[in-house]
Amino acid sequence: MSLFNKSLFNLELRGKMITVAMGSSLLLAGCGGSSSDNNTADNTEDLRSFEISVHNVTANQPFSPIAVILHSTGYQAWIDGEAASTALELLAEEGDNSSLLTEASLHDAYLASQTGTGVIGPGQNESVQFEVDAQNGVSVSVVSMLVNTNDAYTGINAAALTALNTGESMSVKAPVWDAGTESNTEAAGTIPGPADNAGEGFNAERSDQSDRIRFHSGVVSSDDGLSTSVLSAEHRFDNPSAMITITRLN
Amino acid sequence: MNKKWVVATLFGISVTSANLQAEQFTVEIENLTNGIYFTPLLVAAHDSSTHLFETGSAASTSLETMAEGGDISGLVTDIASASPVTVENPKGGLLAPGESTTTVMLNTDDSDNGYLSIVAMMLPTNDGFVGLDSWEIPSTAGTYTFTINGYDAGTEGNDELTGSIPAPIDFGTGTGGTGVSTNDNNATVHIHPGSIGDDDSAGGISDLDNSVHRWLNPIARITVVIQ
Repeated sequence: MSLFNKSLFNLELRGKMITVAMGSSLLLAGCGGSSSDNNTADNTEDLRSFEISVHNVTANQPFSPIAVILHSTGYQAWIDGEAASTALELLAEEGDNSSLLTEASLHDAYLASQTGTGVIGPGQNESVQFEVDAQNGVSVSVVSMLVNTNDAYTGINAAALTALNTGESMSVKAPVWDAGTESNTEAAGTIPGPADNAGEGFNAERSDQSDRIRFHSGVVSSDDGLSTSVLSAEHRFDNPSAMITITRLN
Repeated sequence: MNKKWVVATLFGISVTSANLQAEQFTVEIENLTNGIYFTPLLVAAHDSSTHLFETGSAASTSLETMAEGGDISGLVTDIASASPVTVENPKGGLLAPGESTTTVMLNTDDSDNGYLSIVAMMLPTNDGFVGLDSWEIPSTAGTYTFTINGYDAGTEGNDELTGSIPAPIDFGTGTGGTGVSTNDNNATVHIHPGSIGDDDSAGGISDLDNSVHRWLNPIARITVVIQ
């Protein structure tokens, strides 16, 4: 399933280095079993607080307001190689995270979520903090659109935080995915970011070559020969596009 | 390191302040690009508060000097007061595409130089550099391999013109380009968006060759062997 060499995307845990395939599901060891509503004696609260800090490390791709979701095993905002949900399509084409957050809140594995306060410009960052009950394990998912694109997004797909001790932090180098929901024409009127002076965001039509999520191959730009592109060399990007640091506060 | 930890544990001594490293190790840097050279490398083991660069922060003047011209002496001076262990220019010149170089043994015994950083300018670029910021050096003996990325110092627009790029050797660049980008939208250290180049060595927008001077991350492989 992985299209890239997995070593591209490292999770660096203080004192250790663990490499994970960013696109694949991360199963938590020793968490909660199958029932999410068990009423046994070991159903005791395990309050933990986390700070999630998202840094935009692109040259000129502002990030839409981040969607940050804490959850136990079972929730995934997307699955590599499969079609995007309409909620993810809305986020990846328009930068609107509202449907994704609403759907997440209805999931059995949901613990908590937050939206960022606004756009994170290149070189900027935003942090959010949570306190959640981690007795059934805790993972984090993050999603944000690169707004000078048709349907590119970055983030974290269900990374486990259960093993993180108080005071430890984990750094994720986040790649860019193509939602696969809109053709990457880069044409005037199709990109919601400032490069296109607020072109169209969401369109329900699935117009891409294939309706599946994959790693993004990058934008072409008019400087590189796509004459109808509204993008220029500075809108191009390479991986990673975001550095995301998760710190367990207590 | 291991021996000290064992002793400390046996005697019940608190080791909360024992971020002292007792390590001897070498660092190998391999250039994984197609057509990008690395200028003389700076390899530094330093304490937790020292950085050669920080992604998302504006470049220091010394980092700018390194990223735009390849001179690492300013960075060496900047961090000297923290008593790091450094290796300057292990290759003795440019590290060509496909080449690798290994440092002499670095010894951080009885110091708090527990973090490894590496920088070198990427040629030909305006202000691109290969970088590693504060990798925590493991305390267990072994071989550790990972890859690192190309950064943009954010101090100079990527016009991709020979007049803006030092050329100690012939990199196969052209002339007569009109210039790609005139300024950097992101003035902090960030992931380099990549060079574009073109197929016109006597004109076009860029003096770089689009079939030679492009790259994708990662651009270098680092192998640390800890004794």
